[in-house]
Amino acid sequence: MTYRHDPYDPKQAAMLDPAALDDAVAAADKAFADAADLDALAVQKAAHLGDRSAVSLARREIGALPPAAKSEAGKRVNESRTAIQAAYDARLVILEAEQAQRVLQTEAVDVTLPWDRRPRGARHPLTTLMERVGDLFIGMGYEIAEGPEVELEWANFDALNISPDHPARGLMDTFWVKAAASATGATESGLVLRTHTSPVQARTMLSRKPPIYVVVPGKVYRTDELDATHSPVFHQVEGLVVDKGITMAHLKGTLDHFAKAMFGPDARTRWRPHYFPFTEPSAEFDVWFAEHRDGPRWVEWGGCGMVNPNVLRACGIDPDVYSGFAFGMGIERTLMFRNGLSDMREMIEGDVRFTRAFGMEVH
Amino acid sequence: MKVGLSWLREHVELPADLTESDLDVALNDLGIEVEEIADQRHSVQGSLVVGKVLTIEELTEFKKPIRFCTVDVGQANGTGAPQEIVCGARNFAEGDRVVVILPGGVLPGGFAIGARKTYGRNSHGMICSAAELGLSGDHDGIIVLPESVTAQPGDDARAVVGLDDIEVHVTVTPDRGYQMSVRGLARELGHAFKARFTDPGLVPAPAGTAAPAWPVTVQDIQGCDRFAARLVRGIDPSAPTPDWMAKRLLTAGVRTLGLAIDITNYVMLELGQPMHAFDADRITGGLVVRRATEGEKLTTLDGQARVLSAEDMVICDDTGPISLAAVMGGQTSEVVDGTTNVLFEAAHWDPTMVGRTARRHKLFSEAAKRWERGVDRQLCLVAIERAVQLLVEHGGGTAGEEVLDLNHPGDPTMISMAATEPRRLIGVDYSVDRIGDLLTEVGCDAAVYDDRVDVITPSWRPDLRQPADLVEEIVRLDGFENVPSVLPIAPPGQGLTPSQRRKRSVGRALAEHGYVEVLSYPFVSPSALVTLGLPTDAVRLANPLSDEEPLMRTSLLPPLLTALKRNVGRGQRDVALFEQGLVFLPDLSAGVPPVMGVAGRPDPALWEKANASVPVQPWHVAVVLAGEFERSGWWGPGRAASWSDAVQAAREVLAAAAVPDASIGVAAVQQAPWHPGRCAAISVDGAVVGYAGELHPAVCAALDLPKRTCAMELNLDAVPLPKPTPPPVFSTFPPALIDVALVLPSEVPAAQVEAALAEGAGQLLESVRLFDVYTSEQLGAGQRSLAYKLTFRAPDRTLTVEEAVAARDAAVAVTAQRFGAVLRGA
Repeated sequence: MTYRHDPYDPKQAAMLDPAALDDAVAAADKAFADAADLDALAVQKAAHLGDRSAVSLARREIGALPPAAKSEAGKRVNESRTAIQAAYDARLVILEAEQAQRVLQTEAVDVTLPWDRRPRGARHPLTTLMERVGDLFIGMGYEIAEGPEVELEWANFDALNISPDHPARGLMDTFWVKAAASATGATESGLVLRTHTSPVQARTMLSRKPPIYVVVPGKVYRTDELDATHSPVFHQVEGLVVDKGITMAHLKGTLDHFAKAMFGPDARTRWRPHYFPFTEPSAEFDVWFAEHRDGPRWVEWGGCGMVNPNVLRACGIDPDVYSGFAFGMGIERTLMFRNGLSDMREMIEGDVRFTRAFGMEVH
Repeated sequence: MKVGLSWLREHVELPADLTESDLDVALNDLGIEVEEIADQRHSVQGSLVVGKVLTIEELTEFKKPIRFCTVDVGQANGTGAPQEIVCGARNFAEGDRVVVILPGGVLPGGFAIGARKTYGRNSHGMICSAAELGLSGDHDGIIVLPESVTAQPGDDARAVVGLDDIEVHVTVTPDRGYQMSVRGLARELGHAFKARFTDPGLVPAPAGTAAPAWPVTVQDIQGCDRFAARLVRGIDPSAPTPDWMAKRLLTAGVRTLGLAIDITNYVMLELGQPMHAFDADRITGGLVVRRATEGEKLTTLDGQARVLSAEDMVICDDTGPISLAAVMGGQTSEVVDGTTNVLFEAAHWDPTMVGRTARRHKLFSEAAKRWERGVDRQLCLVAIERAVQLLVEHGGGTAGEEVLDLNHPGDPTMISMAATEPRRLIGVDYSVDRIGDLLTEVGCDAAVYDDRVDVITPSWRPDLRQPADLVEEIVRLDGFENVPSVLPIAPPGQGLTPSQRRKRSVGRALAEHGYVEVLSYPFVSPSALVTLGLPTDAVRLANPLSDEEPLMRTSLLPPLLTALKRNVGRGQRDVALFEQGLVFLPDLSAGVPPVMGVAGRPDPALWEKANASVPVQPWHVAVVLAGEFERSGWWGPGRAASWSDAVQAAREVLAAAAVPDASIGVAAVQQAPWHPGRCAAISVDGAVVGYAGELHPAVCAALDLPKRTCAMELNLDAVPLPKPTPPPVFSTFPPALIDVALVLPSEVPAAQVEAALAEGAGQLLESVRLFDVYTSEQLGAGQRSLAYKLTFRAPDRTLTVEEAVAARDAAVAVTAQRFGAVLRGA
């Protein structure tokens, strides 16, 4: 701040009068309070704190006082000025806040305008459901095993105790790969589209040594026409454990845990004897699903059993030393009853409206 | 297998108050899948009562004779007054007792009965025929109750006509052939209800006699290890099948075809032994059981002329084959209407042979199904005796004294099982006595020792071959509910493999960038491959679902484009899809996999050879997109999906796969099915891993895709797995930013210009970014301006203007020298 050095004017000495100073403070308080906006406040600031203001003029009179009075008068003027400055500062804060508020109001937008500039993508619920199953078992120490979809007939059938003449082989509704026109003149390729994820059991046992704890999610093929509950291409997840001392009780414990993780704490499994060539004893199991759309109920879920000694033997594992269990279930089927879907075709057609409904992760 | 509960009750003493739900639970717990348990009493709803015909008035004015009757239905109609009913049948007289359904009732098939006016009279209900009640449809006219029936008018008629049984329809697993019979199911229910079971398969039967019932030679005892036969002479060819038998056959879904044949089917259902009845007078000479000769012909009972294989077994007489053994008889020797001398045959055939024959001739007869699943070889004589007795009882005639039994028994199956084996496999501590008891219940002859159980398996259980099979019987009968639930502790695992993690990252990245995942069928048509300009060499299915699509995809694009088109067809104009999955690359030079046994681990060389014949199946990822990739809206115009989005998608995939930008190469290339001027080859460390760009307009037109549909496909398996990330190096000194605009021929790829700039600028260059591409008349034809922002920075100091300008000049100099670039505005 710069001061003008006006010539001394004795008439103005009256400004040092305490009552006059009090009046100046009161007048400034009122003027600031009456200022409606920052511009008005600036005008009043000039009037009450500026060079021509009462306190400024009073300050100038101090020099004319006798030295003994200067200190007293200076103190009085400063107090008044401080009071006026405080009043101004307080008002300034208020008015600035009001001003800021007005700016924000003018900057308001319609936040309900549409947002879909870049439509989001989505992951297929079958993929994320398989990932969830995989994660659950990985958390238990399992690993995920994989295998080819065009598979050796030997791995899909023979190694799994399904000999060429076994009735189960005929029941599998197999897609057979046509033999390439080769020099050997072979009429059979020895290859199939895998009818289940179980050939990966054989591949796993041939490539790893026990203890084996794996899950196998994957695509499988059967010659079923597509309808609401069948598809020629679908997904399974399979579990295989081979270790010393593995029993059916362990299989039950594993499936009960799996059921709870997938279907809530009330879930449990119920078993029925069944037949699979690659397990003995074998069972089918149902799961108690409290959240079923048609009310709590048992739902058929999958098949399981103790690995048939013939399978262990074919894969070079001594069935007298090791035992194992295996289980498997359809992912489509699981997704259908879990999420109340009624038509399998929706999962295959690739309509983005179906998949988008599941977002990045199936819930 | 479908059978009435009353038949089962004849062999097992089931509780009288057994409910359908008890039965359902018991069968399921035994491992027998229940298709349906239907109480026949519920098949007809409402009042089905006995009525006595009081009066008949013949109405003759219609096209066919009609009767207006009054019928006493007791108090069943609530009034006791005669019931007026119009009836079209004529096989009854006044005073006959008939079966009446009153208004409000519903017949099988949902046929509701009401009071209605018909043929000018009011009809209050209906007099029923057997067919209308869902019973045998063989008789004409309505049911007239015989004298022996004591039921009075107004009594419920269900029990009187046999609508009082419970039909049990079950599916039997392929290992348990014995359950495909009343004998087997009754045995199982005996287990479930702790009920006394009387085995109809163990009743005494006459043994084979020295003199044969018919001259028979079995030439192949591997295919037929037992052949039994007996004659019944002089039956009454007109003797009908008794109603109770016809009804049981009907329930089982077996047509009645005459007494002798019906008896063979009845015995098969009851005991599980398939049989055959020959007309003895139509057999010429002795019988020979042998393999067929290749190409031999036989017309089977279904009228099909069949060409036989050398693996089939046949029964022949002097004229040649007269029966396709175990599967179906032949026409020339079958029992016919006038047959009086019947030769019953019950044999034991090789299940493998029967299975192959059934598959070869696509003849999955009831007999073949049982053979394939295993038939008790001790049943032959019992079945013959049962059939002979039934025929003599119901058809008259005399049983021949001679019983033929050509028996070549093998050794019985013996299994020695350690006493600890059930515990080892199940986790339940069964006592050795309990094990013995349960196996005895199954029919085993069990010798129990402290440390083991030795069993001889029953003849009807060829599926019991190893201790694990016995363990299954133990846990099945003891109950799964007694197995505890124990979570095993797996050793620590390695988590997802890098390749598994990468697949997930790629999927998430594409979804987050706007692509929707599709899981399509991998079946493609040759024409789709041709249209896309892809090679038509592909893995081919021998039995595709659709003859149009016999190939397995070699690229993810054909099915993915189909999904895109489907979405567009359903009104989704802006579509961006992705898919990850295997493609199947045929190797025409690969041979057929070698034969491998199952007795032990395959020889490593064989296993390797086998796997070499499996087509290579790399994991691919692809996107397709059409319409607007960014939509127009209040924010401004949208942006159509373009080749650059496809290239960008490839970069997103590679970024998700942790490939550093510096390793990624993008180069113009001509590659089907892409637009020749709008296709980029995507490479990693110099190796091409896929392509991206706009599809060829001809492809879009041929497949009826939206114009300018774009696509990208990468072989993710060809992308190297990430190495550990090196430590990032960056300077905190201020950058020097210099823009350069270069004028140079349009055909010079931007990527090369950028590389040249980087090369020339040297160590001080931190980044280079193309921010504008510009063409104009002033620049001249074939020229364009590329504007780059160069950022320079030193690791250890603030750069001077002179240093930055010198670096820029060096960068520009390389482009000038290499491409003739001129610094614009310089």
